[in-house]
Amino acid sequence: MSAIDTFLYLSPMAIGVSMPILAASLGGLFSERSGVVNIGLEGQMLVGAFAASYVSVRLYPAIGAAAFWLSLPVAMAVALLFSALHAVACVSLNANHVISGTAINMLAAAFTVFFSRTVTGSGVIDVRGGIMRYTFPGLSNIPVLGKILFTDTYHTTWLILFLLLASWFMLYKTSFGLGLRSCGENPHAANAAGISVTKYRYVGVLLSGALSGLGGAVYALCFDKGFTGSIYGLGFLALASLIFGRWNPWGILGSTVFFGYASTVANVATVMPAFAKFPTVLLKVFPYVATLLVLVFFSRTSAAPKAAGEAFDKDKH
Amino acid sequence: MKRLRVPKPFIFAVAAVFSGFVAGALLMLIIGKNPIVGYAALFRGAVKNPAVSLSAVGQTLIMSAILCLSGLSLAFAGKVGLFNIGAAGQMLIGGFAASVAVYRLPTDCPKALTIAVILVVGAFGGAVWAGVAGVLKARFGINEVVATIMLNWVAFWTVDYFVRNYFPRDAYVKTTSRVLPDAMSLRLQWLEKIFDSRFVNFGLFVAVAMVVLTWFIMNKTVFGFELRAVGANRFAAEYAGIHAGTGTVCAMLIAGALAGLAGVTYYLGYVTSIQVGVLPSYGYDGIAVALVGQNSPGGVAAAALLFGVLRSGKDFMTIETGIMNELADCVIAIIIYFSAAIMLYEKLSAKLTKKRAAAPAAAETGGGKP
Amino acid sequence: MPPVIEMRNITKTFPGVAANSNISITLEEGEIHALLGENGAGKTTLMGVLFGLHRPDSGSVYIRGEKRRIAGPPDAAALGIGMVHQHFKLVPAFTVTENIMLGTKRFLLNTKKAAADIAALSARHGLGVDPHAKIEAVSVGMQQRVEILKMLHRNADILIFDEPTAVLTPQETAELMKIMRSLISQGKSIIFITHKLHEIKAVADRCTVLRAGKVSGTVNVADTSAEQMAEMMVGRKVSLNVVKPPPREGQPVFAAQNITVWGARRETAVRQASFEVREGEILGLAGVDGNGQSELAEALAGLRKIHSGSLTLRGKDITRASVKKRMRQGLAHIPEDRGKRGLILDFSLADNLALALYDRPPFSRHGLRDFNQINLYAQKIISDFDVRAASGGQTSARAMSGGNRQKAVVGREMERKPAVLIAVQPTRGLDVGSIEYIHKRLLALREDGCAILLVSLDLDEILELSDRVAVISRGRIAGVLGAAEADKNTVGLMMAGAGKGAEVT
Repeated sequence: MSAIDTFLYLSPMAIGVSMPILAASLGGLFSERSGVVNIGLEGQMLVGAFAASYVSVRLYPAIGAAAFWLSLPVAMAVALLFSALHAVACVSLNANHVISGTAINMLAAAFTVFFSRTVTGSGVIDVRGGIMRYTFPGLSNIPVLGKILFTDTYHTTWLILFLLLASWFMLYKTSFGLGLRSCGENPHAANAAGISVTKYRYVGVLLSGALSGLGGAVYALCFDKGFTGSIYGLGFLALASLIFGRWNPWGILGSTVFFGYASTVANVATVMPAFAKFPTVLLKVFPYVATLLVLVFFSRTSAAPKAAGEAFDKDKH
Repeated sequence: MKRLRVPKPFIFAVAAVFSGFVAGALLMLIIGKNPIVGYAALFRGAVKNPAVSLSAVGQTLIMSAILCLSGLSLAFAGKVGLFNIGAAGQMLIGGFAASVAVYRLPTDCPKALTIAVILVVGAFGGAVWAGVAGVLKARFGINEVVATIMLNWVAFWTVDYFVRNYFPRDAYVKTTSRVLPDAMSLRLQWLEKIFDSRFVNFGLFVAVAMVVLTWFIMNKTVFGFELRAVGANRFAAEYAGIHAGTGTVCAMLIAGALAGLAGVTYYLGYVTSIQVGVLPSYGYDGIAVALVGQNSPGGVAAAALLFGVLRSGKDFMTIETGIMNELADCVIAIIIYFSAAIMLYEKLSAKLTKKRAAAPAAAETGGGKP
Repeated sequence: MPPVIEMRNITKTFPGVAANSNISITLEEGEIHALLGENGAGKTTLMGVLFGLHRPDSGSVYIRGEKRRIAGPPDAAALGIGMVHQHFKLVPAFTVTENIMLGTKRFLLNTKKAAADIAALSARHGLGVDPHAKIEAVSVGMQQRVEILKMLHRNADILIFDEPTAVLTPQETAELMKIMRSLISQGKSIIFITHKLHEIKAVADRCTVLRAGKVSGTVNVADTSAEQMAEMMVGRKVSLNVVKPPPREGQPVFAAQNITVWGARRETAVRQASFEVREGEILGLAGVDGNGQSELAEALAGLRKIHSGSLTLRGKDITRASVKKRMRQGLAHIPEDRGKRGLILDFSLADNLALALYDRPPFSRHGLRDFNQINLYAQKIISDFDVRAASGGQTSARAMSGGNRQKAVVGREMERKPAVLIAVQPTRGLDVGSIEYIHKRLLALREDGCAILLVSLDLDEILELSDRVAVISRGRIAGVLGAAEADKNTVGLMMAGAGKGAEVT
């Protein structure tokens, strides 16, 4: 296979796998732009994966494949509720965002396995079927692009890309976005402008819950075919994407797709002769090392929201 | 700026632990179990019948020792204003480095030397791993939380790769590293005899020694004062001529070394091989230990015992009552959550003492500016 | 016609502190009403009540004759009240337009139209604001105008200026006064919070003076002298002039030669600065905030690298010396921000007082600390410098008042009998009593022969205390003046960068 062919061959997988990360990363974007650091994306994704798998299994006998689609909004809602724990701690109780986020991750891991073991006994929920791949007739015949975008895709990919566009529009073209971003940059300015920092930060965190819940659900239904008790660090990959993409929707798109390709190559390397000799560990660690390198290179002009991680206290300036 | 003035930190720590247990009880009620029976089984499981065998006690103690070391790692960094969320990765690297090193030793190597090599290499491995984050912070101002999270996953995949390709158990099982014979580990026969358990190992003494050592460094030495100064206010520390960057790197090196020791106690003592595909949960539980222990070595030791009991009794609880052992993990996570949300208790205690509401900052007269 | 604002018998108590007791104040239409008082006199609390940030225990607020309940800033804004805060409420990463649009109720942003509106409004009031400029890229004076514009854009007609001149040059201040008068002529009314008496004389119609949470009087500014107002503010006769003995003609002990220092973003913050400080003199360093004085002071103290040039202390080169080495050579430093650099608030007072000496005998031996010695030493400073602390050396620094914190810092630095003292804003935010005390101590140290570099944003303080005045503008020493030639106007012009320009030593 030529390099191009290999690339095209890997694309459906790479793009597919990058979408759940993109969704969670967008969630992180809303949270951090509002001023709340959220390292609990992993846990929120896990809760989404659990909820989607559970709902799918429960509803499948009654309504068939529609169960998978119905499970997505349910997963978003459950993860949103779960993220409310983080919001309450960080926004209303001045908790340290990192500690609360860690608790969120640990809670998610413990709760989901606890409940799934209580329900199924094994801690694993198998979803038969799940969301299937789809090749667009006609469009998939377009050279190169057809193969990348329209072959073996999931409908959820288009949903998440639409959410990306919507997120960009919300953040940069509406007063909601302006207000949200001001809470992350200078909450005192926001407060003086009559914006409720508390409200916006809640919205930011809850959106992160819903979006990462969606990401977890999509991963569970498209790739894992159920809940296995882990989301394999995808939430942290989403966090890396957020940083690598410099807290910007298009940057995040670029970094998630980039990371998607890296992990896909690493996963298939063992079965592809072209990569047989290649130490796959380099590809596996690439996203994390790249993120650190980006931080090193841009250490003087940080793109992080200035007030992210800081409690807002009206009485101080 | 962080707000650190907590009037009764000890009471809040106790309150967080209490909240965790209450939440655990609620969970048991939700799944239709009796929480009193559940907790009774949990605590019984941590000691069982010591008159017959000390094995459960030993198990609890050695788990506490691992938690204590990883808790000390977080507490030491915490005193210097750093959040070492990467203890898990440092444990993994320390454990892996020591496993590889110990295999290089001649077979007739005296046990004392073997133990020394394990401890030194393990501590060194953890220190290097954490030191990277320290340097990134000191030199480039990169948040240590982000750096150690990334390094956790780098450690995760690196160890995964090397174990699978160069250090697997055998030709069939590649997800576990080669199993070390007891002679090449921290296990000691006389300890095994006392506790009737192979898990109990030399790490127990290491943990006790480290509690004393970190307390001494922090509270009695000039070096400890300098580190605490950097942690409390790095600008004032620099003003006093203390190099904040050096302090940061030193603190991370020591925190990493402590995590590395936790790693060898676990991977070369409690078990004798490394399972890939998972970061050691002791590294994250160390957060709970440090939080509840208020970053003080004595507090960490006490908290480690508590969480050691939780961890060690949970399987017995499952067998006795059918309550899934993840319940203990839930309780630990909830305790972390409530330790973070300390304001909750402040608000509660303000409400309880009614009208005496907290004084707004505006009341400060002629104060030190923002 | 009823007054635009009438606050009647406002009382507000915080636990243990009566921040406002029975305060009444009226603002007439078209008036500039000054609100004068020391830090902690209750000005901030009173304005907090007006904006609904605090609910008063008793008393009421009337706006244009009608009793109003103001529950929060949005209520105040709806009543046409706007505040230009001392610490600007602006988002540095946003443009002027985005900052002004912030809080708009329209869901979709129409940035183009908003920018055009803002440009027009700015032109009408002669503010000269560029709607597309990013806040982080414009000067402090311009940021303040954006704040004013923000209020005007929201149709505020009652404007409150909270210590607006603290960050401005005398010339910018004059500009601001002009803007304030022009706002009045367009039908606005202004409350002007300040503690600078000459500004009140220059621009205000009436002045209400607060002292310790009470009104000590409301006066017509034209009929009242600055001394009288000062007396009302402090509660006793204040001499506005410091008496100091003539300087002695000492030898230079601290000399900077062509020092260049980089700022936080690697910009050149201080360019080729040269000056010297002599034994037994106070050299004042005047300048507008952000012109390189902080960086220069840090570089002199060893906290920031001196990029080029040289620095000598008693003839010894210390350009590259560490902080510790400089301290050992006799350099002391009262830092700009006592909460940030001067003290470790979570440590005990004793640990803080030994902060410069903790690693030396007798305070430590063989790397182990000697707590007895540390406590003894702390006790000495506490009594020598009249530091009030509830439990002596064991008091947490956080539990101390601002004045006592600063006395602790001053005491720690002076106790070491330094050859050179760099005092950066030593009296910022303190009450008059503490200010007088610290000034007295500085002059006493000068008598003892210490060479003192006094860096202050308060030009009055510089002119009062200094034997010579160096002026820094955009990182350059614009000139060094003898006390006789250093008057407010000359120094002000040099601060604004229109200075003599010549290299003077």
